[in-house]
This record gives sequence, structure tokens and C-alpha cells, in this order.
Amino acid sequence: MTDTLPDNTGYVAAAYLVFFALILIYVVIMATKLARFERELAELDELADRVAAEREHDQEREAVST
Amino acid sequence: MRCSTTWSRIESPLLYGTRLRALSILTAVTLTAGFGLAFFYAPMDADQGFMQKIFYVHVPLAIVALCGFVFGGIMAIQHLRTGDARYDLRSYVAIHLSLILGAGVLVTGSIWARASWGHWWVWDEPTLVSFLVIFLLYATYQPLRFSIEDPDRQARYASVFAIIAGAFVPLNFLAVRLAQAYTHPRVFATTDGGLPAKMQLPFYLCLIGMALLFATLWKYEMASKNTSAKLRSLRRKLGGDEAVARRGRSAAPSLRTGS
Amino acid sequence: MRRAVGALLRKELRLELSAPQAVPAMALFSVTTLVVFHFALQRGQVDGDLAAGVLWVTLLFAAMLGTSRLFVADYEEGGLDGFLLAPVDRTALLVAKAVAMFAFLVAFEVVAVPAFALLLLGPTPDASAVARLVLVLALADAGVAVVGTLVGALAVQTRARDLLVPLLALPLLIPVVIAAAKATTPLLLATGAGAIPVRWLAILGLYDLVFGLLAYAVFDYLVED
Repeated sequence: MTDTLPDNTGYVAAAYLVFFALILIYVVIMATKLARFERELAELDELADRVAAEREHDQEREAVST
Repeated sequence: MRCSTTWSRIESPLLYGTRLRALSILTAVTLTAGFGLAFFYAPMDADQGFMQKIFYVHVPLAIVALCGFVFGGIMAIQHLRTGDARYDLRSYVAIHLSLILGAGVLVTGSIWARASWGHWWVWDEPTLVSFLVIFLLYATYQPLRFSIEDPDRQARYASVFAIIAGAFVPLNFLAVRLAQAYTHPRVFATTDGGLPAKMQLPFYLCLIGMALLFATLWKYEMASKNTSAKLRSLRRKLGGDEAVARRGRSAAPSLRTGS
Repeated sequence: MRRAVGALLRKELRLELSAPQAVPAMALFSVTTLVVFHFALQRGQVDGDLAAGVLWVTLLFAAMLGTSRLFVADYEEGGLDGFLLAPVDRTALLVAKAVAMFAFLVAFEVVAVPAFALLLLGPTPDASAVARLVLVLALADAGVAVVGTLVGALAVQTRARDLLVPLLALPLLIPVVIAAAKATTPLLLATGAGAIPVRWLAILGLYDLVFGLLAYAVFDYLVED
């Protein structure tokens, strides 16, 4: 390459930047989805705890009544 | 009428996740090497000078996007042949991804045209023009899906469309190429010969890198869809049907499981 | 199979003859479009490649108008279900609809092409040029008919069928436009009609063949219940 940057550097840079922007936008979208998955999993974990607690509660009551 | 139990099992997300890291690393390495070689090893083009370097991102992107469309068509054929909804999802993700890459192709191609000839769009380059036609066609894929409410029919019609459009890709390129041949000679060298040896290595590396990039992004998307479907199923198992929010109309294929 | 095609075709033609919807609309639309072209292009006469372009844009857009109509009547009045119950090969429907569409195209072009010659065309083509024009029209119409039938079947079940039909069909028909326009240009030259390069006729033929086979392969999946 020459000492001074050629005139068309702007265009070349723009083209490659477009490409990288596409990938980075994808990364951002994936990050949002991951955040949502984590939140949902936390909710489901809580839900599972509640279901398990209910089941224990029911079993205790059955044991008491018999 | 197909009953719900013949809808496919949801694939475990791990099936896409385990090799995903290796694939991503390979993609990053290949693309970096390819672009690096493009800038530091490949010679300057005699006619175009420095702006020819756009070729190393624009053309591989275009080739991979087109192959992605054809891959979507092949998945669609499998979907119609086997009735397995997973193929529909694979086809959908491939087409969706290729469309986004296609937008990148058009933008980088436009930048290249501007740099070469001073116009943001030229009709002289047959590959770019063909690509525009293909892009316009596939841009109707999602509206088509969205406008059909029944998921079964939506998947089937989408597959028919993907097959027609996939078969159309080579036909369109042939027609546009023939239309241009007598007006302007082909300006941009491609892999069909004419590429000097020192340009070939970076080009092929970039091509392989782009293909790996497509595969990586495709796997990410598939894993993500599988995960959300599994979460939904888990929610239904734990909380009953009331805990799950009603799924509204959507263009994306749904992976329902038989319970 | 041939009897089924014949019966279906007769039904289509009889339907259109008894209550003409598609063909008059297409013919009127094409004449109106020609008038619009006159004002938009600000010319009284066109020849050569401009003439070919005006002609094919007009014909194509009018064809888009007619395509949506092809399946709508069946869909709305339940004729499709009756067909599905009959022990007939599904592709008979495809052939019948495509031939009917071809017939409609020919019918409206009988009005549109002379109107074009009258209103906008500069040079008057002689008999051999007209004959060659008819050949190009026939080949191109076959392609439009097949694609129109496919896209019509695809779009009839959707909620936005009038929008989707042109959106889907026009990109698919670009090779037809390219080949037809290139083939028609030599016929409409101001300096006298020339020969058509065979390659464009070959492309039209190839396109018709490819899409015909493709339609045959996938049509079953479109008409399943």
C-alpha cells in the first residue's frame, strides 16, 4: 500500500463496516434473547419450587388424615 | 387432518450448542485471515485500485446468501416429502438469514458501484441486478407466511414457495446475464477464471469464512428457537395450559410438541 | 385425466363467458395504461425498445390483475372442495387453470395489442413481423399463465391475496420480461422489422418448460386440504 491512504478508502471502509454492523446487530439481538431466556428460566424455577411445595403440602395432609 | 402428536419432537438445544463454540472460533479465524490477506497480501487491482478490496466481502457474501436460499429450498423439499416440521424451521431460518445477508450484499454492492462509477446503483452489473430480483422475491416470504393463519398450511405453502424460488435463482441469473452480455463486458472478476493467483487465496478464504459464518449464525438461530420452544413446553408441564401465554399470529414456524 | 382437464376447462371458460369479470377488466386496464403511458412518457409515438417496454409492462400488469380472479371464485363458492372429493389427479386442476389463464391472456391481448398499435406505436409492422410478434406473445403468455396459476393457488388462501399476487409473480416473471422485451424490440423498429435473436425465444421456451415441470411437481401440496 502507498504511504498516503488512497482516495477510495472511505468506500472500502464503509463496505466492511456495513458487514460488521450486520454481525454486531445480530449479536445484540442474540443478547436480548438470552436475557429473556434467563428471566423465563428463573420464573420457571420458581414455578417448579411452588409446585413441589404444593405437592409436599398435599402429601402431609394425606398422611395426617389417615 | 394431522394430529398434534405427529408434530416433531423438539430437538435438544444442546444438539446445536456443543459444536457452536468451535464453529464460531473457526469462523472468526478464517474470516480474519481472509480479510487480512485481502488487505496485506493480495495485489492492488490494476483497473480499480484500492476499492477493489470491497470484492472480498461483497462477492463471498453474495455467493453464500444465494446458496443459503437454495439450501432453504432443499430443506423445503425435505419438509414436503417427510412432513417433519423441523425441516420447515430449518428452511425458514436459512431463508431469513440469507435475506439479511442479501441486504448486506445490496448495500456493499451499491457502495462499490458508487466508488467505481459514481452512481449508487448501476444496471450494468448482471450479478447485482439478478440479486436485486431475488431479494425482492424472497422479501415476500415472510409476508406470505404471516398472511396464512393455519400453521400447518402456512408451513406447507411456505415450502412450496421456497422450492419455486430456489429453482428460480439459477434461471434468473442466466436470464439477466444473457441480457447484459451484449451491452457491457463483465467488469468484476469472479472465481470463474480471470482471478490472479495471489487474489485467489484471500478470496477463497473469505468465501469459506462467509460460509462458516452462515452456518454459525444459522445454528445460533436454531438453538434459540429450540430453547424458547422448550421453555414454553416446560412452562406448560409445570403450570398447566393456563400458565402459557396465547401464541399470537406469527410468520415463524412454531414447534409444538405432542404432550 | 384428459377428460377431467376438459371438463374443468369448459367450466372455467363457461364461467367467464357467462359472467365476464377478468377479461374485460384486463382489456380495459391495458387500454387505460396505454393512455397513462402517453401522458407519463410525454410522447405521441414510441418505437424500438421503448415500444417493446411499454407493451410488455402494460400486458404484464393487466395479467396481474386477472390472476387473482382465477382462484377466487372457486375458493369462495366451495368449488375447490367438490373437486378434491372427486377421484381425479390434482394436476388436472393445474392444467385446466393454466390453459384457462392462457386463454384469458390471449383474449385480452386481442384488444390490447391492436390498441397499442393504434395509440402509441409509431411504425406499422408488416404481416411477417406480426406473425413473429404472435409467436413471442404465445411463448410469453405460456410462462405468465403457469406462474399466474401457481401464485394464484398460493395466494388464494391468504388474507392479502390481491397484494401478494403481484408481489410474488412479478419477480418470478422478470426473465419473461427480459426475453420478451428483447425479442419484441427488433419487430417494432422504426427502420423496419428485423429478425428476432433466437436466444430470447429459447429462454422463453426454457422458462416455460422449467416452470411447467416445477408447477407439476409442487401443485399437489397447494391443493391439499
